[in-house]
Amino acid sequence: MENLSFILAPLFSSKLLIVLFLGTLFGLVLGVLPGLGPTTGGALILPFTMTLDPISAIVLLTAIYCAGTYGGAITAILINTPGTPAAAATCLDGYPLAQKGEAGRALGMATVSSVVGGLISVLVLIFFAPLLAQLAYEFGQPEYFALAIFGLTMLASIGEGSPIKNLIAGAFGILISTVGKDFMTSIDRFTFGINELTEGIGFIPVVVGLFAISEMLTQSTLLNQVFNRVALKAVKLPTKDDYKKTWKTILRSSGIGSFIGVLPAEGGTVASLIGYSEAKRWSKKPEDFGKGAIEGIAGAEAANNAATGGAMVPTLALGIPGSATTAVILTGLIIHGVRPGPDLFREQPEFLYGIFGSMLIANILFFIFGFFGAKLFARITLVPNKLLWPMIFAISVCGTYSLSQSLTDVWIMLLFGVIGFFMRRYGFSVVPVIIGLILGELVEGTLRQSLVIFEGKWFMFFQRPIALTFFILSLIALSFPLIKKKKR
Amino acid sequence: MSNVRNKKRVSISLPFFFRDSTIVPFIIILISIILLYITFTFDIVPPILNRGIQPATFPKALLILIISLTLIIFFLSIKNPWKKEKKLPIEFYITLGCFLLFLFVSKFVDFFLGISLLSSIVSYSWGEKRLIFILFVSILFPMLVFIFFETILGLRFPSGIITDLYYS
Repeated sequence: MENLSFILAPLFSSKLLIVLFLGTLFGLVLGVLPGLGPTTGGALILPFTMTLDPISAIVLLTAIYCAGTYGGAITAILINTPGTPAAAATCLDGYPLAQKGEAGRALGMATVSSVVGGLISVLVLIFFAPLLAQLAYEFGQPEYFALAIFGLTMLASIGEGSPIKNLIAGAFGILISTVGKDFMTSIDRFTFGINELTEGIGFIPVVVGLFAISEMLTQSTLLNQVFNRVALKAVKLPTKDDYKKTWKTILRSSGIGSFIGVLPAEGGTVASLIGYSEAKRWSKKPEDFGKGAIEGIAGAEAANNAATGGAMVPTLALGIPGSATTAVILTGLIIHGVRPGPDLFREQPEFLYGIFGSMLIANILFFIFGFFGAKLFARITLVPNKLLWPMIFAISVCGTYSLSQSLTDVWIMLLFGVIGFFMRRYGFSVVPVIIGLILGELVEGTLRQSLVIFEGKWFMFFQRPIALTFFILSLIALSFPLIKKKKR
Repeated sequence: MSNVRNKKRVSISLPFFFRDSTIVPFIIILISIILLYITFTFDIVPPILNRGIQPATFPKALLILIISLTLIIFFLSIKNPWKKEKKLPIEFYITLGCFLLFLFVSKFVDFFLGISLLSSIVSYSWGEKRLIFILFVSILFPMLVFIFFETILGLRFPSGIITDLYYS
């Protein structure tokens, strides 16, 4: 009962409502613009959150996350270009349906299924995050090490692209986290005599570089791209017949999305692809998919939005991000002095349940904005790249500089922009780098502390049942792509 | 399907060293070997202060992992070469050059001027020919961002010709 009052608390706080309103609006704008999205947007907004109290800051970031994930559908349906990677599967049926003159119906279905997926996933978050946190009380250093390894292997195996390339990217991310003074012995590592590097490489310059700056370079190679825009009169709520056709798909995809979201594996992107293919598999008319099937839109959109709540479960309960955007939210928590994990549930329930409540409200808000304002948001895509990206560059540079008022951070951001561009060009996902960077200290710290506990005896990792379970799961995760390949 | 085959043929017809699937692993391995060499220069902690493993051990293990995995993708690419990427357009190199220009100008001349120069050149080279819009993205917008950061976050930007004028 007390927790319920914490969940409802944001409704009675005018400050939080304003933050939610702005966060949802900003998230939608970011989601609509191809190349941006909640991860880049969250990273760009992080410096501004320093002026807010912790709860407002995290509420702002989560509202951006929820609304940004939905916003991608608007561009996917109207211009056949996913605003976010998670909306890629929405293009497959959204755009063909819009071409048939039913853009309003397609957007209506995307909006409704996104909201249902989002709300179900927040309920999953409310019930499962405390349970997982309770389980985490049993975890010691070896268990956390095994868990982090499991997270990274999952990311490699069910993330997008080649599992080996994902593993390389993840290892690269962890390697970046070793730059600076060793936290146990204070010995310099990879500092090359540069004073600013002794503190390590910050998360924000790397994220802004890998997402915003590398996207700017990518956009410079796509200047001749022509978008075929479909006209939109108004968003229409799905008809009774549409609901009849899709309710099972929406519920199934919401479940799939919530489950995939919990696993550290690029959350929404993978969830929407699985949600879409499952919708096709269960459909009575699978031959209609790709030609404007309403179930295709519902399957993809319910799943990608359901992944938002799912991805917050390990982020809040264990401090292990479930996606790139939750890695940004995790950084937001850390810079505001909030350490996620089981203790947070015991010590600050009002903070946590306030976030849960805010996510529920954010889902309702983006339904209202999406329903009445999709036409307006779609117009944002009319801002040409030749004006948009120089402006994003100015914000990226100032935002990165503002964190520690250091030009070195800006240089690091540009360097990672170039690295990110070439990584994406040659099929290496940048998301594992971010997750690796965030988990790096945890992986190394828990490994070294475990070895102290075990007096250097490695095999003792395998005498701890929970750690052993995670290692076995990691092995299964690594062999999963091989099994998938053989099946094919 | 036939397109895929054609692409593969194009990639295979290139000399071995000039294929992306050779150059990319070569660069990753080269950088990793250099970094691995650097890890041997890290200070060694006396046993009494050493907690678990030496500070260099963990980065060494990571680099060896990266090299091993890169070798695997290299050997896999011999059987299945990567598709050949399109040549990068001139605008990409201009944007990259602008980054370097920004680095130089922001460090030695002025931070604001660096942003303005980059914004105007990138915008122009990407196809914007209307002066009013170029002025908007290169002067008005960065100025708004500066003022916003300064007033809301209390940020002080690095000293430079224009920034000093603003502060004075």
